[in-house]
Amino acid sequence: MKLSRQEVLHIALLTHLGLSEDEVDRLSEQLSNILENFEILQQLDTSNIPPTTQAIALQNVVRDDEVAPSLPQQQVLSNAPRRDGEYFRVKAVLE
Amino acid sequence: MIVNHPTIHEAHRLLLKRELSSTELTRAILERINQVEPKVHALVTITDELALKQAREADRLLASGETSPLTGIPVAVKDNICTRGTRTTCSSRMLENFVPPYDATVAEKLNDAGAVIIGKANMDEFAMGSSTEHSAFFPTRNPWDLSRVPGGSSGGPATAVASGEALYALGSDTGGSIRQPAGFCSVVGLKPTYGRVSRYGLVAFASSLDQIGPLTQDVTDCALVLNAIAGYDSRDSTSVPYPVPDYTQSLKADLSGLRVGVPGDYFVKGMQTEVEAAIQAAINKLEELGAEVDREVSLPHTPYALAAYYIIAPSEASANLARYDGVKYGFSSQDAGSMFEAMEKTRQFGFGDEVKRRIMLGTYALSAGYYDAYYLKAQKVRTLIRQEFDRAFERFDALITPTSPTVPFKIGEKIDDPLQMYLSDVCTLPVNIAGLPAISIPAGFAGGLPIGMQIISKPFAEETILKIAYAYEQATEWHKRRAEI
Repeated sequence: MKLSRQEVLHIALLTHLGLSEDEVDRLSEQLSNILENFEILQQLDTSNIPPTTQAIALQNVVRDDEVAPSLPQQQVLSNAPRRDGEYFRVKAVLE
Repeated sequence: MIVNHPTIHEAHRLLLKRELSSTELTRAILERINQVEPKVHALVTITDELALKQAREADRLLASGETSPLTGIPVAVKDNICTRGTRTTCSSRMLENFVPPYDATVAEKLNDAGAVIIGKANMDEFAMGSSTEHSAFFPTRNPWDLSRVPGGSSGGPATAVASGEALYALGSDTGGSIRQPAGFCSVVGLKPTYGRVSRYGLVAFASSLDQIGPLTQDVTDCALVLNAIAGYDSRDSTSVPYPVPDYTQSLKADLSGLRVGVPGDYFVKGMQTEVEAAIQAAINKLEELGAEVDREVSLPHTPYALAAYYIIAPSEASANLARYDGVKYGFSSQDAGSMFEAMEKTRQFGFGDEVKRRIMLGTYALSAGYYDAYYLKAQKVRTLIRQEFDRAFERFDALITPTSPTVPFKIGEKIDDPLQMYLSDVCTLPVNIAGLPAISIPAGFAGGLPIGMQIISKPFAEETILKIAYAYEQATEWHKRRAEI
């Protein structure tokens, strides 16, 4: 599976990784090589096999809805790169 | 008095007899860290003040008689396990200054047991890697040969234990990240069954595969640490509400009646002959100890596990790591105009090459048009691999394989070839795909470099694994060898 530069640019856009030109070139080659090796999976007939999302499957996990203390606001905000009073501050979404 | 490299159970005995205080032990460990850390680079953060404070508290507990086997014992914690008030970096620039406002459940359990946390251990960034060379800060070096890697991603925890910087460590294992470094450093490393230990507060990499476990100097210590960290946690809805047995009860050196299988599919092309010979000798030893060994077991889907794993794990990672946007915590680029530009610059600087590679790979496997061919296909293959293990465990109590196909490789040897690096997990990652428990224990040396044996069993059969591991350990001397640094 050879990944085109166009495809890599498209994926790069989805990931918001801000890749440089060099990284796009290197990743095109590396990802193509990796995916080519993964073609081996196509040898297996899985038409009647259900997918596994989790190996030790628990179903309908519920717990009592009990009131318990949460983290104080100051602690929640303590790692904020930019804050404004009680809020996280972000760059403008719309100019 | 300090014995050299005491195990947890040895130190515990001395602490109870008051022949040693936790403060003395902790000071000796900090002294040892001063000596060897400049050579091995196992620790991202050394928490000396915290450790001495916890040691004084432990000494009070010991005086009052309120003790557990871990009270007053110095431990290193992998730096992806949240510790309240102590920075937790995942060895990434993204979290270089992140100080968690809460403890992971396992950290809470260690604190409740009176543990002494001496530091946060180095790892491949976000646990993605097999050599600890992908740490954004520095590579950790193998204590048995400083020019070689300690394995990964828990290379820091394994090295800390093997070089006497801590009596034990906690690591995490997504595709072999506890077992492979344990094998490379000649320590004991257990990946428990998925759901046996709470993942609350473990920075998520691949949530359906991640599991926390102990790295220790011997099997007895492994059982003691598992006793302390296992169990249901309402804050991790994938943790399983089964009772926790006393794992030390399974430490019996008699294997009669145990059925052990050896899957030939794990003795892969490219395996070093010394590794294969050591594991065959270890299997003969298990037979001598009374196990019934079948050397002709076939697990034909094994060769497909690597591809399935490296689609599933990066897919989950690409979703989990989407949260690093520079808004709520972590690195945040400030020299950008718009929100999206800020996000891109944050992720561009904050993530290293391997993390970017996996986010790209996972995003591709999940993207429109490729989901069925890659992600869904991999999940179906995951079912086939699970079913194959299920069938094997109808006939066998445990399966024996090498932990890795090779002894520790040179620093730099595989760093530019991601696929070669991925191949060093080939024996360990099928276990995570199926959610099984497995251990790596010391099983020999080749040219002075460690070889690990992997013991795999069915879900929640940690006791079977510990029993076999203990019997083998008691009959051999490998675990008594110490790296000279």
